[in-house]
Amino acid sequence: MKQPSATGSPRSCVDRLSGGQGSALFSRGSIVQGAILTRSRLILILGLLSLTAVVASLVCLHFGAQPIAYGEMLRLLMGAMTSDQSGTDGASADITRTILLQIRLPRVLMGFIVGCSLASVGVVLQALLRNPLADPYVLGVSSGAALGAALGVLCGAGTTFLAEAALPACGFAGGIMALVIVYRTATGSERLPIHSLLLTGVIVNAIFSALIMFITSILDPNRSYGMMAWLMGTLTSPTYSGLVGVLVYLSISLILLFRQMRALNILALGEDAARSLGIDTEQAKRSIFILTALVTGAVVSVSGMIGFIGMVVPHAVRLAIGADHRLLLPASALVGGIFLMGADTMARTLIAPTEIPVGIITALAGGPFFVYLLLWRKDRLV
Amino acid sequence: MRGVSDSQPGRLQERCATSVVKPYYAYEVQSLRFRYQSTESTNQTWILDDLSFQVAEGEVLGIVGPNGSGKTSLLKLLARLANPQQGAVRLFGRDLMGMGQDEIARVVGVVPQETQQLFPFTVAETVLMGRFPHRARDRWGTGFGWESGDDVAIAEEVMITMDVVHLAQRAVTDLSGGERQRTMIARALAQTPKVLLLDEPTAFLDLHHQVEIGSVLRRLKAARGLTVILISHDLNLVSQYCDRILLLDQGRVIRLGCPEHVIEQGALELVYRCRILVDRHPETGLPRVTLPGRCMPDGA
Repeated sequence: MKQPSATGSPRSCVDRLSGGQGSALFSRGSIVQGAILTRSRLILILGLLSLTAVVASLVCLHFGAQPIAYGEMLRLLMGAMTSDQSGTDGASADITRTILLQIRLPRVLMGFIVGCSLASVGVVLQALLRNPLADPYVLGVSSGAALGAALGVLCGAGTTFLAEAALPACGFAGGIMALVIVYRTATGSERLPIHSLLLTGVIVNAIFSALIMFITSILDPNRSYGMMAWLMGTLTSPTYSGLVGVLVYLSISLILLFRQMRALNILALGEDAARSLGIDTEQAKRSIFILTALVTGAVVSVSGMIGFIGMVVPHAVRLAIGADHRLLLPASALVGGIFLMGADTMARTLIAPTEIPVGIITALAGGPFFVYLLLWRKDRLV
Repeated sequence: MRGVSDSQPGRLQERCATSVVKPYYAYEVQSLRFRYQSTESTNQTWILDDLSFQVAEGEVLGIVGPNGSGKTSLLKLLARLANPQQGAVRLFGRDLMGMGQDEIARVVGVVPQETQQLFPFTVAETVLMGRFPHRARDRWGTGFGWESGDDVAIAEEVMITMDVVHLAQRAVTDLSGGERQRTMIARALAQTPKVLLLDEPTAFLDLHHQVEIGSVLRRLKAARGLTVILISHDLNLVSQYCDRILLLDQGRVIRLGCPEHVIEQGALELVYRCRILVDRHPETGLPRVTLPGRCMPDGA
């Protein structure tokens, strides 16, 4: 009998299997084990990313209109954690502590959770719509949520754009409306090309933006300025109670979304394939879309329309670590958080003391990436 | 001769029943009617019109017919990817409509006609997705749902069977058509199904892998009693590898029976509306189809 080659001809492979010969060549499942996501790989990558997130947040806390030395920063943070007021002497230390703990820390944390949420929503939308360019901003879900929130403001639901209870709800309503329009259009025909979905997003964006502009124009000038800044995507320093509210709300939504990680792998295969693998696709889609709109609505109502994180981050992470959503989703969330913390630090410091809306920075970073994908990676998209 | 010119499908069906392994039905289809729900109410033609037949357990059934005859729709109904307007489908005696999608997926594996994967899952990850219907209950609801060692071993076994094991690390987006098709069959086999539904399984395959898939299906039938229902345009492949053949035209059963009965000049010429030559395979003696070739001058 001829000795099988390294790759093995098909017949020899089958013969080996059925004849039980040469089974020592394969230890059980070892070949597959090397080509799939394993627990140890997941823990390693997520651990490294978490560590990076901690380091990045410290760097972001350091920078600002006035840099705070790392040593002092760590001492103040430790002090805050143990409620230790000792070692603080003089007015300047007091001011530094207020800047660090009351202004920078909540804003950095807010940036992190908003970035996490946007990147997660991007991953989920890309899988569900089977479109690697999907992103809440590009598809018009963000502008839907913004319209909802703006209408809420017009009706007097809070004079600031912080986590007033009604605003996320208004944002959710607007977001789900946009999502339903986009999804209905995308699934109206049997198979819609990727670019048509984007086109729908552009139209939805245009309509909703016009309505938002209309609302802005009839507000009194003081409030309309705030509205404009918010629309461009701005992180502010929330109060701790506001921050906790947003954290709890988003964490619950994200945890519910993360429970669908393995199902997302299957859903990304398409409707028929997912059904033939045992998923009740209608129910799964409905719950995932609702969660997506919940997260987007809340994020938009606290930070406005920060674009492209949901598209750029999942794309880059997928290239680096593969497509399995059990790693892709949490890793993208961490990277999205780090990315937005960094972008916001740039927004605070580039031309300090004037602040740039962080949405401008993410759009300047993400837009060209989008064009690059559209022009040079077409093979990956069609 | 075994009465190939007989045009009474009912009687011949019984005569061909010698190839049926057990008198136990994997599928019982009763007066099935189906059409796609379209917005234009003018379109009233049935895609499938009053279809009734049975598929025995452990049988290899080929479905043939011209384009638009309803083959793919029938396969979708059998996997409950679409729901019929009338009639019933029973899977191993149970009403398909009363079963959960999960339950069906543990019994029926589907290999679709064309698959488009946008995301760079590896071949091994793709095949492992076939284990999804068998996942253990995710008690903590973490969403990880890790595959067990058995799942991985099963995936590797079917990857060896389908000759894709050397592609384990490759992204499905980078595969050739044939490699992707074999990966999809491996994914369906990883479901450890009792029934395998295949839509044009050999469409992208070279001759070597066409023969390979034909014999793998026969081997699985013999070793595990797998029931196979496959759609193909390749009448010769169907004739060689199927126990029985279902000839569909305009949503109706034209013939159903063993290859000798269905792969028959009269029936094929009627359905395909062109001249077709049928003779015998020199080795197996099963019917062999040949296209008439270039138009020859009269008498040539």
